Amino acid sequence: MSDIHAQTAYVRTAMLPQAAPPVRETGAVKWVRENLFSSWLNIILTLASIWFVWTVVSHLFPWFYNSIWRAKSLTECRAIRDATLGPDASAACFAVITDRWKQLLFGFYPSSEYWRPTLSLVLLVVGILPMLFTTLPRKLLWGTLALPFVLFFLLWGGSIWTTVMVAAGFVLGFAAIKILTPIGGAILAAIGAVLIPILFWIYAAGPLAESLHSILPIGLEFVQSKDFGGFMVSTVIGVAGIALSLPLGIVLALGRKSDLFIVNKLSTAFIEIIRGVPLIVWLFTASLLLNYFLPPGTNFDLLLRVIIMVTLFSAAYIAEVVRGGLAALPKGQYEGADSLGLSYWQSMQLIVLPQALKISIPGIVNSFIGLFKDTTLVVFIGILDPIGLTNSIRASTDWNGIYWELYVFIGLMFFIFCFSMGRYSLYLEKKLQREHR
Amino acid sequence: MSELAVDRDVDRSKMKVSDEVAIQISQMNKWYGTFHVLRDINLTVYRGERIVICGPSGSGKSTLIRCINRLEEHQAGQIIVDGTELTSDLKNIDKIRSEVGMCFQHFNLFPHLTILENCTLAPIWVRKTPKKEAEEVAMHYLQKVKIPEQANKYPGQLSGGQQQRVAIARSLCMKPRIMLFDEPTSALDPEMIKEVLDTMIELAEEGMTMLCVTHEMGFAQAVANRVIFMDQGQIVEQNEPREFFNNPQSDRTKLFLSQILGH
Repeated sequence: MSDIHAQTAYVRTAMLPQAAPPVRETGAVKWVRENLFSSWLNIILTLASIWFVWTVVSHLFPWFYNSIWRAKSLTECRAIRDATLGPDASAACFAVITDRWKQLLFGFYPSSEYWRPTLSLVLLVVGILPMLFTTLPRKLLWGTLALPFVLFFLLWGGSIWTTVMVAAGFVLGFAAIKILTPIGGAILAAIGAVLIPILFWIYAAGPLAESLHSILPIGLEFVQSKDFGGFMVSTVIGVAGIALSLPLGIVLALGRKSDLFIVNKLSTAFIEIIRGVPLIVWLFTASLLLNYFLPPGTNFDLLLRVIIMVTLFSAAYIAEVVRGGLAALPKGQYEGADSLGLSYWQSMQLIVLPQALKISIPGIVNSFIGLFKDTTLVVFIGILDPIGLTNSIRASTDWNGIYWELYVFIGLMFFIFCFSMGRYSLYLEKKLQREHR
Repeated sequence: MSELAVDRDVDRSKMKVSDEVAIQISQMNKWYGTFHVLRDINLTVYRGERIVICGPSGSGKSTLIRCINRLEEHQAGQIIVDGTELTSDLKNIDKIRSEVGMCFQHFNLFPHLTILENCTLAPIWVRKTPKKEAEEVAMHYLQKVKIPEQANKYPGQLSGGQQQRVAIARSLCMKPRIMLFDEPTSALDPEMIKEVLDTMIELAEEGMTMLCVTHEMGFAQAVANRVIFMDQGQIVEQNEPREFFNNPQSDRTKLFLSQILGH
């Protein structure tokens, strides 16, 4: 160790000052050189890409920039364009949106009642905030619980007692669980919680609502489902489908993982059958076939049938996503919960699902986005969603022949919805990751 | 070997074995499919006993103690815990599980809950203890395992040794009458084994009935009143520790002891 060469011994006498890095190695110059022009091939690709982007933008930009927003018909639009820009200029005629936006949003909902869907949307957004952001006070969740009934009353109207009776059915079901569980155990309680509300709705709810209405007539003008249209109908189907399919999907996923033979096979069969058939077939089933099976004279609302079908369809997908989350959970978590004496439902609710759902968030939100966009398929069974309305808008002589502007608008609206859902899912993932570290 | 892990005097004044039977296992058999994992197990555990179960891997020792709280199901024979027989009756199973604490090799803490929530969860939901009281009890036991300052952290922020001590505290919060340990130190770094063993020794000193599957022979010598050696799903030999280590009778036991103590 002691025989160090004379040259290797070294003592620094003056310390070097801080120096700036060479220009080539910093900032924008470095970034451009490394990312865009690092080799001959990259230079060619960069230039080709710039040319491509330029071609697209140079075609689209004038169309948007020159767009005409005030006109009463397509002919008027063209006249304005010819007068100001010349006959061959590229110009969008967004006047169709200015002229018909109410129809695109509300369909044929009576215009005097537009405040109802608008208020519903505001209530919906405010109402789901406590669910989306856990920092808000937990007591607000009671408001969220009442939200579906409030929205139902606002959108369809009619006597308020109908809504009250629908809600009363759920209260009865909940009461049945509370009362029957100590007496007859979980299975009896579950049967009671399903049967009692259904019997109540079939036999008691109608007469009760009528007699209450004759005593105290409170209500809004009744609006039929066939007058629902536009983004309102997409949102109603989408939001109802999302809200209902998540719990149903979770139950199906648990069913498919269950040790109980019949529960397991039923859940598996349900998931595989629903998932194996296209949504459009289910929608036709809902609109046409169900009428053959229902007793003659029953008028089962088409929109309700569609919501049920969309919910079942999406629940099958969510069940598979959640099953993935359940499978990803280490076996030790189940055993840890078991060893403490937690019951099956307690360990699911407190230990397994919070973790499994966290893993499944991206997949669940992906399914929701798919569901929301799939609502446009209802146009094929005669529900006037935004796509369906483009046809009726074109059917008028004023707007005959207009395509792009309508589709661009509809696409943009859907994009805003779906993009926000995607962003929320990212926020949730990051938040939960932070919390659990 | 880690006999060194136990380097303090063990106070045996409170370690009293009573005549009361805590666990009675008779003619118990278990199969995985057609594989016969546990064969004719007969074992009586008296209240206050500290039993160490050892044996080569695959000998069925973990399976045996997992049968005691029905994490595994036995197919023949009888297991009676605290006077309640383990059958497929879910009520009995949940009752026994809440009386029998268990610590796992990989701790199995709930990563989405804080340390305190991990400890109060079962008392609140199974025992219906008021939240405030459950938190006080939890803090008491966290103090006992010497990590009260970690109460509001998440399990992922703790070291392995700390996590295992939380797992012990979590079980103790249910005030169990019997504790099962399934290789509690096998997943730990050597310097963390000692802190977990110390916690277990303290528990033994207070008179807890314990069944430990472990390879810590130092712990067995210091604490156990009985050592059980298992091989191929059978109890091959059991004896009090001094006799067991100094004067093993069966050839299998001799071979096993020479392998784990020989270096």
